[in-house]
Order: sequence, then C-alpha cells, then structure tokens
Amino acid sequence: MTRELKWILLAEDDPNDAHLTKRALVDSKAPPEIVVARDGAEALDVLYHRGAFAKSESTRPCVVLLDLKMPKVNGLEVLRAIKGDPKLRTIPVVMLTSSRQERDLMESYDLGANAYVVKPVSFADFREALREVGSFWVVINELPPQTMVM
Amino acid sequence: MGEDDPNDALLTKRALAEAELPHDVVHAFDGVEVLDCLRQRNRFATRPPGHPSLVLLDLKMPRMDGIEVLRAIKSDPALRCVPVVIYTASIIPSDLRNAYEAGANGYVIKSADYTQFRKEFKLLGLYWATVNFSTGAC
Repeated sequence: MTRELKWILLAEDDPNDAHLTKRALVDSKAPPEIVVARDGAEALDVLYHRGAFAKSESTRPCVVLLDLKMPKVNGLEVLRAIKGDPKLRTIPVVMLTSSRQERDLMESYDLGANAYVVKPVSFADFREALREVGSFWVVINELPPQTMVM
Repeated sequence: MGEDDPNDALLTKRALAEAELPHDVVHAFDGVEVLDCLRQRNRFATRPPGHPSLVLLDLKMPRMDGIEVLRAIKSDPALRCVPVVIYTASIIPSDLRNAYEAGANGYVIKSADYTQFRKEFKLLGLYWATVNFSTGAC
C-alpha cells in the first residue's frame, strides 16, 4: 500500500468558514495539511498543478471539501470537472455547504459526489461534524494507488 | 450491509450495536440480496420505504460479488445516489482501483483486530449515519 502524506483540498470562498473548517480539521490526532482554494478556478489549478500551483508536488488530496456557491467556477462545475476526468475522478469529493436543498443534494450525487455534508450552524456542531469528516475521509478511507500517468 | 460470512456479520452487528447509531441495520447475505433489498423485492418486499443512508458492501460474496453489485447500483438511475462503501479485508490495489472506477463512495479496509475494528466501525457509522446527507430517492 502506498503511504502518501495525506492532505486536504478545501475549496471555500468565505474566509471565516475556511478558517473555522481548518480549525476543526486540525483538531485531531493526525492533522492533515490543508490547502485552501478561494474559488472554483483556484481549486482546479491546485488539482491540475497549474497557475500559482504549477510547482506543487504532483500528489492528489485524500479528499476535496467543496463548497457549492463559489465565484468564478462554482462547486458543481468543479465537481463535474473532477468526476469527468479519468486522472482525477477517483479523488473523493465531499460537498461541504450550507445548502440543504434537495435539488443541490440530488445534483451533487448525480454528478458523482462521494458525500454531502451540510454545515451545522453552531460552531460546536460544526466542529464535531468536521471531526467526523476528518475521521472518515482522512484516517479510515482508503484511496487506490496513484496512477503514474498524470 | 452485504456480508456473506456469518461470523463477520455477527461481529459487525455487535460493533454497530455498541456504536449506538440511530439507524436500523439490514443484513443481506449476498449480492443478489443487496439488490433485492434496494429494490424492495422478495424477502425485502415489506421493508420500510426509502433508500438506506449507506450500503456497506463486502467484495467477495457468493452469487454476485461486490464489484458487480456496485456496478448494478451505480448504473441504475433509481439507485445510484445511494452511498456505497466497500468494506473488505482486501488491500489489493486492483480491488481498490476497480471499486472507485465502479463508483464506490468510499473503501474501508476491515481491521483483523476486533478492538480496532470496533473503533473504525463506530467512526464509519457515525460519519455516514449522522453527518452525511443523502437523498431519500434518486
């Protein structure tokens, strides 16, 4: 089994939410590194190692936490790009959003989202939820070995 | 939960009970039964309506193996939104790859050690049963 260093891509345009999410995720026994993309275009730059991220290591995140409503490229479009690309589609994508609209849920799963988490309103609940998110997606979930062709 | 080994199933149910999750667990003994349950057929015809919040699927099962079941679920428009996590002892890279290519939402390697198994199971259950949102119908 490959033992890559695990890191998370968090695509979140609201700096407060990004800060809270990071805080909640690092509050664990094995805190992962978290790369924050401030919009959908940046998220794709990270995944494709281009633009400002051209020199980054060519490893993939163990999970992408994706907000729905983001400027430039929104969450569903990023999801569509990831799941439509054979080189990226096995990366787990968890929608992390304040929307509990059935339509958003259905569309996300339809496009291949691995999971969907509604951001709780209270910080205590938010922190607890993110702790579970980290426990499953970073600690327990296994990814296939990265293919050599990128 | 698709698990053909009765010992594994018993340990899993015990771990689930200890985790005290607010969900019922339905046990299917092979791949055909998993699909019967999802489609509310045969012995599952009278089960409560609505999709499960999670299907936990072993890979090696008689009649229909895990990957075939996974493909059947993910290619059915009425079922493909149901989260399916492969739960298996297999660490074979091709099993992992095939599972994700077939649309698995996640893949967890079953611990051989019961204490560890209980812990990981509780985490698994807590996440999918209480944190994750799924749709009642695709």
